Amino acid sequence: MKEKVGSIRESLNTDIKEVKTIQDIVELKSKYIGKTGLISELTKGMAELSIEEKKEFGMIINELKNEANSLIFGKEEEINNAILNEKLNKEAIDITLPSKKIKRGSLNPMTRITEEFEDLFVSMGYTVYDGPELETDENCFRKLNLPLGHPARDTQDTFYLKDEVDEYLLRSQTSTAQVRAMEDNTEKGPIRIVCPGKVYRRDEDATHSHQFMQIEGLVIDKNISMADLKGTLETMMKHVLGEKTEVRFRPSYFPFTEPSVEVDVTCFKCGGKGCNLCKDTGWIEVLGAGMVHPDVLTMSGYDPKVYQGFAFGTGLDRMAMFKYGIPDIRTIYGNDLRFINQFDRKDEE
Amino acid sequence: MLLSKKFVSDYIDLDENLSITDIAESMTSVGNEYDYAGPLINATKLVTGEVIECENHPDSDHLHVCKVNIGTEVLDIVCGAPNVRKGLKVIVAMDGAKLPGGEIKKGVIRGCESNGMICSIAELGLDNKFLKPEDKEGIHELPLDTEIGIDGIKALGFDDEVIDFELTSNRGDLLSVIGMAYELGAIYNKDVKDIDLSYNSNNDDINKSFKVDIQTKDCSLFLAKKAINVTIKESPEFIKNRLIASDIRPINNVVDISNYVMLETGQPLHYYDADRLGDTLIVRNASDGETLQTLDEQERVLSSDDIVISDKEKAIGLAGVMGGLSTEVEDDTKNIIIESAIFDAIKVRKTSKKILRSEASNRFEKGLDPKRTYMAMERSCALLEKYADATIVGGICEYNNIDMNDTVIDIKLDKIKSVLGIEISKEDVISIFERLGFTVKDNGDELNVTVPSRRRDIKIVEDLIEEVGRIYGMDKIEGKLPELPTIKGKYDKTKRAIKRKLCDLGLNETISYTLIPSTEVHKFTKDEFTEVMLNDPMSEDRNTLRYSLLSSLYEVYKYNKDRNIPNVSIFEIGKGFYKGENGYTEETKLAILMSGDYELDIQNTKVDFYHIKGIMEELLYFLGYDNRYSLIVDNNIPNELHPGVSASIIVNGTNVGIIGKLHPNTCKDDVYVMEINLTKLLSIRTGSMKYKDFSKFPSIYKDAAFIVDNKVTNKEVLDVIKKAGGRLLVETSLFDVYNEIEPGKKSMAYNMVFTDPTRSLQTEEVMDIFNKIIFEVETKLNAKLRG
Repeated sequence: MKEKVGSIRESLNTDIKEVKTIQDIVELKSKYIGKTGLISELTKGMAELSIEEKKEFGMIINELKNEANSLIFGKEEEINNAILNEKLNKEAIDITLPSKKIKRGSLNPMTRITEEFEDLFVSMGYTVYDGPELETDENCFRKLNLPLGHPARDTQDTFYLKDEVDEYLLRSQTSTAQVRAMEDNTEKGPIRIVCPGKVYRRDEDATHSHQFMQIEGLVIDKNISMADLKGTLETMMKHVLGEKTEVRFRPSYFPFTEPSVEVDVTCFKCGGKGCNLCKDTGWIEVLGAGMVHPDVLTMSGYDPKVYQGFAFGTGLDRMAMFKYGIPDIRTIYGNDLRFINQFDRKDEE
Repeated sequence: MLLSKKFVSDYIDLDENLSITDIAESMTSVGNEYDYAGPLINATKLVTGEVIECENHPDSDHLHVCKVNIGTEVLDIVCGAPNVRKGLKVIVAMDGAKLPGGEIKKGVIRGCESNGMICSIAELGLDNKFLKPEDKEGIHELPLDTEIGIDGIKALGFDDEVIDFELTSNRGDLLSVIGMAYELGAIYNKDVKDIDLSYNSNNDDINKSFKVDIQTKDCSLFLAKKAINVTIKESPEFIKNRLIASDIRPINNVVDISNYVMLETGQPLHYYDADRLGDTLIVRNASDGETLQTLDEQERVLSSDDIVISDKEKAIGLAGVMGGLSTEVEDDTKNIIIESAIFDAIKVRKTSKKILRSEASNRFEKGLDPKRTYMAMERSCALLEKYADATIVGGICEYNNIDMNDTVIDIKLDKIKSVLGIEISKEDVISIFERLGFTVKDNGDELNVTVPSRRRDIKIVEDLIEEVGRIYGMDKIEGKLPELPTIKGKYDKTKRAIKRKLCDLGLNETISYTLIPSTEVHKFTKDEFTEVMLNDPMSEDRNTLRYSLLSSLYEVYKYNKDRNIPNVSIFEIGKGFYKGENGYTEETKLAILMSGDYELDIQNTKVDFYHIKGIMEELLYFLGYDNRYSLIVDNNIPNELHPGVSASIIVNGTNVGIIGKLHPNTCKDDVYVMEINLTKLLSIRTGSMKYKDFSKFPSIYKDAAFIVDNKVTNKEVLDVIKKAGGRLLVETSLFDVYNEIEPGKKSMAYNMVFTDPTRSLQTEEVMDIFNKIIFEVETKLNAKLRG
């Protein structure tokens, strides 16, 4: 019996060295550890032995069996690993080949800047108001205290519609939203709106496009002051142009606000030190604002003895030009894809 | 408005330490912006000298070699001017002098040393209109008694500084030197000096021989006086120099005085040659078609909107804008009628816009102070007596239909604080008003403020608050955020979502012009509508408001293609305009254009119809219109689209847009477009997003390929399959098309999914349905199951 065990072990050790393929393993399993394999045969031969011998040989055979299992299964794993490795090697690719890109589309920078303003004001409880671009002279001028023949109309060379001079026009300012918002408010209660949108004037050069974009803001309530206006504009300009931006008020004149101010911000190019952009003043004029003129309130049904408010308007194109460093407004409306595609990633916070 | 520092200093004593820039900046801080502040003449190192020797240049037929004594030394200077000669007093630009034309440097001219330049007036940078013929031809000859070695600019009387203001249209009062003096007085807390209005009158009375007849409401104040025996000559230097500093060309003493007084008081004046005028001045509205020859010798055709001055027969002047030629003051004029009047601002503005914007019309347009109308008349008489030897005839022709009262406003201190958002004491407010020259009565909580008539812009409480803010300093207001209730802000989420969706699908957002040529407005649409055109367009290319956005997008495509960017996938959301039954209407439209490569892989995929259709489906699904839309071929396909590769987009039975390929006659490239009327589409309601139970039991999948006639569409097959499949057939999709599998036939392969949400399906029951589907497709569409 012992000799048999010895010879099986010897033969297994020899055979295992010859194993090359999974097929060899299958054969080896059948020869040694299968149901009719050599080790099973040994077990069968134990029937004739005494209990003592059974105990002794049982242990020896078990030992052999464990040894065979471990050798054969170990070898099997070794071979499987080799096969897998070969497969992995074969599958290796050139990772430097170009990716299968998802095509990238860009929002227009004007949309980005507009949304930036909208988001800020929405967060402060304002409603974004969308007014028509084709307007009446009444809403665009007369109800803003600019009657026909008013000298301040000179600064806005307006596009009137054919056969509709002094009646229908393409809005020359988003300030017309002030009138619309007040007229729409049937309860004549508080108002908090911003209105971004396209406006049109007969003017075209490197800093003027006949079509451009403005954003108008209007707040009406019982205790609104110039100080509220200044704080709001400071918040707005810091949000859009950076925390270091400072705001300066200069008195000015607009027929629909009284008092009126022009608003400057510190030059974002030089930070206020003086450069060619700000003509060495350190300041750049960015918007006009003021307290809504009592006549404007009255014309749209508000009692100026009860309500007062502020309004402001600024050019979104200019803001985009400042923020992104765009030199010529005509670039914005040129729609060159090499331009639009530059604005396709997340902004710095 | 150009303000001369010398001129304004007649009326206010400005601190000598103040630079011209300081003054300009302080004016800016109270709301009066400027373009330029600096010397009238931008030239340095100019000195007076005497030509003590003048020889012909040995090597030139026109140059002279001069020795010029400039006090400190004698300079050798080569001079080419024809009028240079010994004994002249001249202006010398020394070595290193900076003139508008460049820097003067020592040099050698044809072998002779030259250490400077003898100047003409033109070389000092004076505007061409101020130059006399001799100024252009030769060097300037100073009076022979001129001291040598002094500043050349000073010797000419041009040692002035100016500020070029850009005034706001409400401040007509600042179009006068006196008005400026008041503004500066408020800033620097200084008094304004009186103007000299004294003169003698003779014993005659103008009303005996002359009368004015005002026949129009457009003239509210009209004054006329007569000055006789005037001597027409050159004005004194100070008048000429101040006119030049104010950008007005000196002509002769009489004309110059009218301009000088206008600059001082802001009141335009007109002088007539009395001997060519007749005995009556009439102010009336012109009759339509009436003609008048204006001072510039042009024949003007007038309308009833124009105000004219006329004699008994005909118009002789255009009120507020320009005088007429027939009564102009000329060199031989002896007697003059002086007119000082106020005409309707809007009428003058209209006429001047049509004919000529002038210094006078600019002032009339902004509104005048009637007190200045009187003041200007008096001042005019005083200066004519003094500088034109005039005798002033007694009496005045006067028509006065204007309110001469000062404005009186009651204002509460609390209102000032509440509007400006500042803390300010009553004393400070009163002090500000007084600095502005307003009179204040303190009635406790309320101040009673009298505003002089020169400040015609101040009418209401808010105007006074602005005055307080201006002088207090608008910039001193401390910003704070309004104390308002917290409410929910709102914005158009759908528009944003659409834009983001389309960007995610690889499209770029454009913003193109609303204005397009009228020849384009009916393109890319079959809709019938009346287009909206402009009255006075900048050009024919931009004379109409677009209806469809597609012609704009096609322009964008061409623009990019011309720049070698052929892969164009773009969209735009904008307004389309038309005039309909309800008047002018604007609708929001979404347009898409795609051409060239779509994906960015090595193997590029050219955009085809099914790409843009995919974009459309993705968008409509996203907006909640899944299973509610279809494409149909109908009569609404625009001529610009390929009739076989385009369709109308129908959502819930409403036509909301078009999709397709550009017609080869429109564009030779493969360009695909789509336009959806968002106003229409978004007015169609969608269901809300809600949980739907899904089957927990396995589905059974079946494939079938049919051979059908080429003309059979996918939709036809799908319709038959779906109908035959019943409720257990939950999904059907085409996965393969094989064209020309046999002549005139194609193969279409479908994948079908059968599911029951309540149980596992049996293979047999699915086979029954599947067989029914095959039968129906075969019989209804004359198809054959492909084996």
